[in-house]
Amino acid sequence: MNIPADLRYTRSHEWIRVEPDGTISVGITDHAQELLGDLVFIELPEVGSELAAEQEAAVVESVKAAADVYAPVAGTIVEVNAALAEAPELVNQDAYGAWLFRIAPAASSDLHGLLDAAGYAQLIDAA
Amino acid sequence: MRKTVLNDWHRRHGARMVDFGGWEMPLHYGSQIDEHHAVRREAGVFDVSHMCAVDIGGRDARAFLRRLLANDVARLQLPGKALYSTMLNESGGVIDDLIVYHLGEQSYRVVVNAATADRDLAWMVGRTEDWQLAVSIAQRRNGNDALAMIAVQGPLARGKVAEVLPEQRATCEALKPFFAATSGQLMIARTGYTGEDGFEISLPAAQAESLWAALVAAGVSPCGLGARDTLRLEAGMNLYGQDMDESVSPFDAGLGWTVDLESPRDFVGRSSLVARGQRHQFLGLVLLDRGVLRAHQAVRTEHGEGEVTSGSFSPTMAQSIALARLPLASTPGDRVQVLIRDRLLAARVVKPCFVRNGHILV
Repeated sequence: MNIPADLRYTRSHEWIRVEPDGTISVGITDHAQELLGDLVFIELPEVGSELAAEQEAAVVESVKAAADVYAPVAGTIVEVNAALAEAPELVNQDAYGAWLFRIAPAASSDLHGLLDAAGYAQLIDAA
Repeated sequence: MRKTVLNDWHRRHGARMVDFGGWEMPLHYGSQIDEHHAVRREAGVFDVSHMCAVDIGGRDARAFLRRLLANDVARLQLPGKALYSTMLNESGGVIDDLIVYHLGEQSYRVVVNAATADRDLAWMVGRTEDWQLAVSIAQRRNGNDALAMIAVQGPLARGKVAEVLPEQRATCEALKPFFAATSGQLMIARTGYTGEDGFEISLPAAQAESLWAALVAAGVSPCGLGARDTLRLEAGMNLYGQDMDESVSPFDAGLGWTVDLESPRDFVGRSSLVARGQRHQFLGLVLLDRGVLRAHQAVRTEHGEGEVTSGSFSPTMAQSIALARLPLASTPGDRVQVLIRDRLLAARVVKPCFVRNGHILV
């Protein structure tokens, strides 16, 4: 299972990368895309929308099912990966390259509750 | 969970296995969409051994089936001819949909759905007792004489089957659509559930893996139930349990064409069906906005509310399509709205056959 060591993870199968400018990129894990199968539609949040931690931010739909993607921390959406609107299969091809959205975290937000790679590996082993 | 004779093969070849009506079946072997395209463009092979063949014989076999089924097996004049029908309860609800093959003078084979087979068999046996008919009923899914079923579908399918079963080549080439031919325990039927040409093959379970492996070696793509579902949806074919069940009349599920009211037969459910009449239209939807139609979404029309019964993404059309139960006044060409996660998205009503033989029809 592909779980990069330099990323953080949620229990709801998002991955998180802290960018040099302090924003946070969010995608879904390789495990999540494999469970969903071929993705055919991704609904992305509006740039500028303010989200609470664990609030629904995006929806990924495969041929089989729809799944919510949650904001891992509170903050403001600063960018979305518009390429996914035309090519949702990019998430299947490279789950950790195909980020969905970027959040500027609110001052109060903190990343300490997120899992590291070992913690996420344990989570999906247990599942 | 129950397993088909090909279960080990599926697992060895990376299939994602799922529970389908109590059977552990392959959903896909990597990409459901690639498998779908393989069937539309070339050929794919499906393990459908979870479906149940039921052999019906005896002096009264024909009289029994004419009373049991809503379509009329008297239409099966030629040997090998197949007929699609529903089997109804007394109130006109659909117990199952099935194909019946006319194999000989007093010999029929009925193929029913996996999840409903045990209930179907109990219903059939019960009716032979009620009606005091001389009929034998033998399921062929379990036991020493169990059959496996393999569907080979796609524009290249018939040629591939002729290639791997050379002794059946003449049969493969001569067989007309909706006919079957038997050779010992092998039955080749020119039927399917994809909207493409092809065969559904029944054969002794012990021979299934060698035929399957030969087809794959000949370049036929193994396909799972995921692709089977999007293919049948594009072809506008109903799925039992989703598009109709015991609470739904065939008239409200787009299956009026399979109900024979011309012959003066008193088949099960007839009087209820006639008294009740048609209450809904069963039509297709093409989503015009971006999103994915799914079963149970509400449909708003100018004539009232409807409901999506099957919905998914159409790989051939690259947009979402659905089958839906709509108000009786609905017609193809109508614009409607579908409620998807609190948003109303626009859809177009169409005749429910979206793709046939590789071509988009809507």
